[in-house]
Amino acid sequence: MSTAVEPGLGEIFREEAGRVTASLTRRFGNFELAEDCTQEAFVEALRSWPLQGIPIRPGAWLQRVAERRALDRLRRDQRFAAKVGGLPFPSPGGGDDRLQLMFTCCHPALSREAQVALTLRVVAGLTTAQIASAFLVPEATVAQRITRAKRKIVSAGIPFRMPAPADLEARLAEVLAVLYLMFNEGYLASRWEISQDRSLAEDATWLVGLTAQVLPSQAEVLGLLALFKFQLARVEARFSSAGSLVLLADQDRSRWDQAAIREATELLDRAAALERPGPYQLQAAIASCHALAASWATTDWPILVRLYDRLQAMQPSPVIRLNRAVALWHVAGAEVALHEADALVPELERYHLLHSTRAELLQELGRDDDARSAWEKALTLTLNPAERQHIRLRGGLSGH
Amino acid sequence: MLMFVEDNDPGERPMTDVMKDVDTWWGKYSQSGAIVGGERLQPAAHATTVRLGGSTPTVVDGPFAETKESIGGFAIVQVPDLDAALAMAKSWPASSSVEIRPIWED
Repeated sequence: MSTAVEPGLGEIFREEAGRVTASLTRRFGNFELAEDCTQEAFVEALRSWPLQGIPIRPGAWLQRVAERRALDRLRRDQRFAAKVGGLPFPSPGGGDDRLQLMFTCCHPALSREAQVALTLRVVAGLTTAQIASAFLVPEATVAQRITRAKRKIVSAGIPFRMPAPADLEARLAEVLAVLYLMFNEGYLASRWEISQDRSLAEDATWLVGLTAQVLPSQAEVLGLLALFKFQLARVEARFSSAGSLVLLADQDRSRWDQAAIREATELLDRAAALERPGPYQLQAAIASCHALAASWATTDWPILVRLYDRLQAMQPSPVIRLNRAVALWHVAGAEVALHEADALVPELERYHLLHSTRAELLQELGRDDDARSAWEKALTLTLNPAERQHIRLRGGLSGH
Repeated sequence: MLMFVEDNDPGERPMTDVMKDVDTWWGKYSQSGAIVGGERLQPAAHATTVRLGGSTPTVVDGPFAETKESIGGFAIVQVPDLDAALAMAKSWPASSSVEIRPIWED
């Protein structure tokens, strides 16, 4: 589907998708119907707005079209209408409608893939085609995932409201995990925008911002928002004009968005003041270390090693140990770092960054043959064009 | 419906203690009106399975699937949403897992 329409449509959809779905869910008591009809209204908008212009009150327009669709459908299917009359959704318990929708879409009874697809479509207003192109999967797969998830929400009785206070932290962790994955998928993609005016990373940031507005004293929400903003501040410097990846060490720091870095720093300070440390705040602290350093050489590596140690203690993972090894390289030298990286080979055999890190370390130690085979190994493990390009350049491998 | 999945090996705790906790749990949710029916089942060793689909039905000794776990009982519950059912399942004092399935309503 071509989406060559005026800029700003993405923002409108993002702003209105959750609102319209939430309002229809309440009115008709059926999430599946609400979601289907909201999506239909969006498709109609994509068709008619480019020709007729964006209405003065786009939200009201979408709401009206979606409601009309829902009523049409109910009229056509009286039996369905009788069923919907049962109002399976309990009344809301405060908070932004859209955050409640997010809790529904990220319910732990749904698979992670379904949570991500559903949140993007229902709360961020992406079309199935856009989600499919963002995740490089066939549109039919995404459509099926969403349909199944919606059926389950209705049949299993997944509620549309804020979780009980006792469950809030666990359920919030689920939402944040979905947003984290969404952001990374968008941030790491070589194609920054999935369509003219949508980026998965920006959508994820917008969603976590929305969460922070409703739950301003959840430290990890602020931590995640700070993390995303630190990353977005560097986005302009991440790719060369030729589209290949530019590593942090080589980035032109004058292209970093200083206003965004200040904003992220403030968020992280607010999070820290709540005295509830967590993995997202630690990752944001790590990102801030890089963002505030004047150069790669003057980065505060000893602090980074300590931050990785704390993160590892909280959330043990071989990927964190690999990052720690990189920081350790600058504190204790390539020999020590290589020893650490080698220890991770059994666990991270299939992870290209382990092999490219080993290659860098081997190169510094003058073990050129070993370095070359590590670069070759790394190349077999990633399909991302920007990363492949980078590996070929660094490793002096022929391009094909 | 909540299906209580049991490990076929007996657990560490004495059966009488576990049963006492189960009685308390069952009493609590029956009183609140959440439980509308349910039963405890005899062990899977007592099961008989009829296999259909061949030319004639065949009767075999044992459960339908030979696994380490089997259904040890079930409760039919009437609750407002999945979260309420999850809260019940999380506090179930016996067995290794609880499967929650909506009942087909027409």
